[in-house]
Amino acid sequence: MSSINYSEKIPNNVNLSEDRTLQRALEQWQPNYLQWWDDMGPEGSQNFDVYLRTAVSVDPQGWAQFGHVKMPDYRWGIFLNPAEKDRRIHFGDHLGEAAWQDVPGEHRANLRRIIVTQGDTEPASVEQQRHLGLTCPSQYDLRNLFQVNVEEGRHLWAMVYLLHKYFGRDGREEGEALLERRSGNDDNPRILQAFNEKTPDWLSFFMFTYFTDRDGKFQLCALAESSFDPLARTTKFMLTEEAHHMFVGESGVSRVIQRTCAAMIELKTDDPAKLRAAGVIDLATIQRYLNFHFSVTIDLFGADQSSNAAIFYSTGLKGRFEEGKRADDHVLKGQHYKVLEVQGDQLVEKDVPMLNALNEVLRDDYIKDSVGGVERWNKVIEKAGIPFRLKVPHKAFHRNIGSLSGVKVSPDGRVVHDHEWNQNVEQWLPTDEDRAYVASLMGRVVEPGRFANWIAPPMIGINRQPVNFEYVRFN
Amino acid sequence: MRGLKAKDWRLVDDIAKPGQFAAKVQERALQLANQSDRPADAQGVALPPLHKTVEPDALRYAHVTVQIDRSKRTAALTVKAPTGAQPTDIAGIEAAGAAWYPLQMARELDDAILSMRTNELDIGTWLIKTEGDIAAVQALDETLQRHQGHWLVRETVGLLRRTFSRLDVSSRSLFALIEPGSCFAGTLLELALACDRSYQLVLPDDAARAPQIALSEANFGRYPMVTGQSRLQRRFYDEAPALDAVRAAIGRSLDGEAALALGLVTSAPDDIDWADETRIAIEERVAMSPDALTGMEANLRFNGPENMFTRVFGRLTAWQNWIFQRPNAVGEKGALKVYGKGEKSQFDWNRV
Repeated sequence: MSSINYSEKIPNNVNLSEDRTLQRALEQWQPNYLQWWDDMGPEGSQNFDVYLRTAVSVDPQGWAQFGHVKMPDYRWGIFLNPAEKDRRIHFGDHLGEAAWQDVPGEHRANLRRIIVTQGDTEPASVEQQRHLGLTCPSQYDLRNLFQVNVEEGRHLWAMVYLLHKYFGRDGREEGEALLERRSGNDDNPRILQAFNEKTPDWLSFFMFTYFTDRDGKFQLCALAESSFDPLARTTKFMLTEEAHHMFVGESGVSRVIQRTCAAMIELKTDDPAKLRAAGVIDLATIQRYLNFHFSVTIDLFGADQSSNAAIFYSTGLKGRFEEGKRADDHVLKGQHYKVLEVQGDQLVEKDVPMLNALNEVLRDDYIKDSVGGVERWNKVIEKAGIPFRLKVPHKAFHRNIGSLSGVKVSPDGRVVHDHEWNQNVEQWLPTDEDRAYVASLMGRVVEPGRFANWIAPPMIGINRQPVNFEYVRFN
Repeated sequence: MRGLKAKDWRLVDDIAKPGQFAAKVQERALQLANQSDRPADAQGVALPPLHKTVEPDALRYAHVTVQIDRSKRTAALTVKAPTGAQPTDIAGIEAAGAAWYPLQMARELDDAILSMRTNELDIGTWLIKTEGDIAAVQALDETLQRHQGHWLVRETVGLLRRTFSRLDVSSRSLFALIEPGSCFAGTLLELALACDRSYQLVLPDDAARAPQIALSEANFGRYPMVTGQSRLQRRFYDEAPALDAVRAAIGRSLDGEAALALGLVTSAPDDIDWADETRIAIEERVAMSPDALTGMEANLRFNGPENMFTRVFGRLTAWQNWIFQRPNAVGEKGALKVYGKGEKSQFDWNRV
């Protein structure tokens, strides 16, 4: 068992060099992971030197070390936030008991399911994004894409660590299966549908990292509350990395908007046709992309009433967003929450038991959080003096999960008939034409400091490097 | 139900009018006694009370120990192999009498099972272990085989058979833990075969210490279940290829991987996995509804020759009708009452 030099090759704070359980599992898994990266990681990038951030420890100096590295040689590590002494369970039926350092047999199946579902999204998004490098708008953006990709890879490692360490043979089998499923594959797809969709262009990528990685943040936040301490500590550390992914999304969309606004002022027009002729993405198209990604992402929170959500909470497996900051009894029995339901032509609120509505609670927290970034985008438009506002659609719009699935609701929250839906859907969701247009803009720009015409340069570079720094050496 | 119908339905063997009842019983008893090949002058064996030590969390006999872990709601039940010189001829066996290992062990095990069933209702999972020398168990099996026609040996085998059967009909989850120093061979392998799950440790780096199990003729019909099947026939649904493969393994020592390949154990974790695999499996089992487990386990232990129709229409509905009416299902905090509310059912852990 010595073919891998663990402390060198795999930075970690889990005492890997003395943990036979982990070593044995990784012996098998690590080569398969590299094979997966080779097959499904960013296309044609194996030989690039990329200016990447690597975590080599969890302290402030170690968690973000920058340097050029070939991605297959990236040091994917295993990190848990430092243990909190005498951590107690702070919600659910076990409130007040000591946090679990091992998986209680009683909850093995549910915990495994939660970890596998979370873990599955990580390689899935790498697969979804693997062709984007061929159409990058700049070296800076290419580097950010690769950073997101290697960190999704590390997040897979983080979940696989839990499976290997705490779930025995089952865990090893699940770890292998995570490398075998493929985004969009008919026979062996990724678990969640949003992760089987294509990420065909960079606007989709920015929307994805803003909206869908933010779903990741909320799921991780809920898991960071878990009574299963290793899961809580693992996800806490993942959150430090997830923040960068959302930054990539928020600043990416912001720069697209900035460029569009500049063109609108320059050409003194808001006519999409003229703007498209000028090679920028009109704001209405951005709104339609936003509508699509927002609605697909809020589906990821699951059905609005869910007995699984109730069980996960009561048994202490998964808390609420910022559970520790909430001032209630953290048990939630007998409490209620409002969910939406369609009655006739109306969306009406209905009181349901809080425990069953916890998916909806998390979804509503997510919506509040994601509106913030949209407001910052609006500031960019406002600053340019353009009378247009982006808006997140109503949460009942374009839903495919829960009691709102299949109901036709407009972005402003009116139940509409098929006729009205069909007449307006092209205003509300990206059309084939929109997608074809955005795709037509996707030419590859890789000279240091140059940017594609449809996106503005960032204000500053990565790690205080200049914007025209050579972030990727193509060799 | 009256006599004639009871006889028609084969609930009783025979009936007699009150005036003739005593005579008829006597006549039938003598008929049966006449079939015995025990010499009329044979000396019977006196069965003195068992020596046992009862502690708050343990029962200790010469060959059997029960150790209860109340917080985990499990009991480890350990059977030890014979030690020292054992009689191999009839004279020696008769001389040993009630102290002859198989007779004494069977009485002790029987007593332990009944004691646990009666007194420890909420200890729902028994972990079955053995301890000792496999060769000693195999030597015993040879003696039992060689003298199987002798009345005392036959009666002792009968007692062992009934004792193993008690495990089959005990409403407790039975897990065999096959660890270093164990002796699940022949007669004692029946203990593992009676279990709902069996775990055999694999030691890839230490083959000499790795626990082995071994089959003998004893596993092919000496101790039939109440259904008349051997536990191996039950295990393999009487399917010839599996049974032939197992028979071909008689006399071989089987490590975890070999045993798993033959289907003789449920799982064969290695030393890295062992502690977690067994802990989690046991905790998982212990947390389930005792009624549902009783139903499920009885279904699997008595899987009999049947087809999908009997399974669906006979057993499943019968057990569901019982399990689903119990307080653990429909009581105030029963599983069906709290289902979907995010509350945990509160079970009465007592087994019935």
